[in-house]
Amino acid sequence: MNIGLIDYGAGNLHSVENALSEIGAPCRCIREPGELEGIDRLILPGVGAFGDCVSQLKTQRLWEPLRRWLAEDRPYLGICLGYQILFEHSEEFDGAEGLGALSGKVVRFPTSDLKVPHMGWNTLSLVNPSDPLWAGLPENPYVYFVHSYFPQPDEASVVSAHCDYGLRFAAAIRRGQTVATQFHPEKSQALGLQILANFVRE
Amino acid sequence: MLTKRIIPCLDVTDGRVVKGTQFVDLRDAGDPVECAMEYERQGADELVFLDITASSDARRTMVDVVEETARQCHMPLTVGGGIRTVDDMRTMLLAGADKVSVNTAAINRPEVIAEGARAFGVQCIVLAIDAKRNDSGSWTVYTHGGRNPTDLDAIEWAKRGEALGAGEILLTSMDADGTKDGYDLELTRTVSEAVNIPVIASGGVGTLQHLADGLTQGKADAVLAASIFHFGEYTIAESKAFLHDQGIAVRPAQAVATC
Repeated sequence: MNIGLIDYGAGNLHSVENALSEIGAPCRCIREPGELEGIDRLILPGVGAFGDCVSQLKTQRLWEPLRRWLAEDRPYLGICLGYQILFEHSEEFDGAEGLGALSGKVVRFPTSDLKVPHMGWNTLSLVNPSDPLWAGLPENPYVYFVHSYFPQPDEASVVSAHCDYGLRFAAAIRRGQTVATQFHPEKSQALGLQILANFVRE
Repeated sequence: MLTKRIIPCLDVTDGRVVKGTQFVDLRDAGDPVECAMEYERQGADELVFLDITASSDARRTMVDVVEETARQCHMPLTVGGGIRTVDDMRTMLLAGADKVSVNTAAINRPEVIAEGARAFGVQCIVLAIDAKRNDSGSWTVYTHGGRNPTDLDAIEWAKRGEALGAGEILLTSMDADGTKDGYDLELTRTVSEAVNIPVIASGGVGTLQHLADGLTQGKADAVLAASIFHFGEYTIAESKAFLHDQGIAVRPAQAVATC
C-alpha cells in the first residue's frame, strides 16, 4: 500500500504525515506528477485559500493528473481544502474554478449571527453509519473543524455526514472511492486517527 | 453543536515549562512535550505554547519542542511568543503548529496580520491582545506583559485585527492575570460582541466557576487557563464535567478514549 500525500506547500502537511505515521501508514510526499507513479491511495490535505491551492496545483502540474485520478475513481481522501476543491467553483476569491469532480459550489458561512471561522469541536450526524470510513466510530463523533467556507453538493446522495453550525452543511462526502471531509481527522485525536486508518485500510 | 473549548496554556522558556507542572505520573513534569501529551490524554480541546524566551538563539529549541509535540499529539496547537514575521510564522507552522499568535509584532506592524492571513489563511492567525482597564472606563492595549501601555483601545484593536485577517482573538486581562479572581468578564463580553471571530478568554482563572462565567457571561468561545491545570487543582475532565452540569456544551472528555 503506497499512500501519496500531495504537497502543494500547505502548512498542515506534517500534521497529516505525523498522524499517518502514528497509525503505521507511512506516506510519500507528492510534489510533481512523476511522483504519483506506484501510488495506490492519495490524500490532499489543505488549509489556506482556495485560489492559492488551485494555482499551486497547476504550477506543480498536478491539476490534470488529479482530475484523471478522480475520473478513474481511484482512492482519494480530501481534507478541508482537499474537499472543497472537488467541486466546480468557490465563492472565495471571485469564484475560483475547482476540479469539478462533484457538482456544486463552495460558499461562505453567513456572518450575521455566527462567529466565522467555524472553529472547534463539533459533532457529526452520520448519514450512512455503515460507510467504511466511519467504522468503529460512536454515533455522533466529535471532530475538529476550522473553516469559513463549505461545499454545497448538488447531489444529496454523496453526503456521508452532516454538521450543524447555524445551518446544516455537508461535513463529509463519498462517491465511489472518493471521500472527503471538511473537518481535520489529523487534528481530531483518537477518533480522527481511526478515520484515517479506515481510509488507509479500506 | 459546536462545543466550547478548554485550552491549557504552557509557558515555555529554553525548552522547559516555566515553574513546571505537578503531574505526578510524568517522568519530567517540566518537559513541554510530556505535559502536552498529558493534556491530550485528559481530553484538552487545544493547546497553547507561549514561548517566553527572550533570546533568539533559543528560538530553535522552541521549534524542536513544537516538532516533537506535533509528532506525539494529534490536536490543534497554537504557538505564540516572539513571532514577528511571515517567515517566523512559516517556521512554526511547518514545525507542526496549526496556528500562530502575534502580539507586539502586530502592534508595531499591523500588516503582519494581513500578510500571515494571505500566506496561510485566516484560520492560522491568532491576534493576542493584553488589555488593562483605564480611568475612562475602557481598556488599553499593553505590551511586555502589561508593563508598557500603547495608545490602542483594546476593542478597536480587536476589530481592526479582524479586518486585517486575524481568525481568532486571544484576549488576556492584565488586571485579572495571576489574581485567581476570574476573567474580566466585561472586557471579554465587549470584545466578543464587537467581533465576528472566535474569542479565547484568558487571565485570572482560579475556579471552575470562572471558566463557566467566561463562557456564559463573558460570551467567550473558548477559555484558556494555566495554573489550575498545571498544579493538579482540576483536570480537564473535571472542568468539562462541571461545565456540562451547568448546561454548557463541551466535548466530553471520555470521547477521546472511545477507540
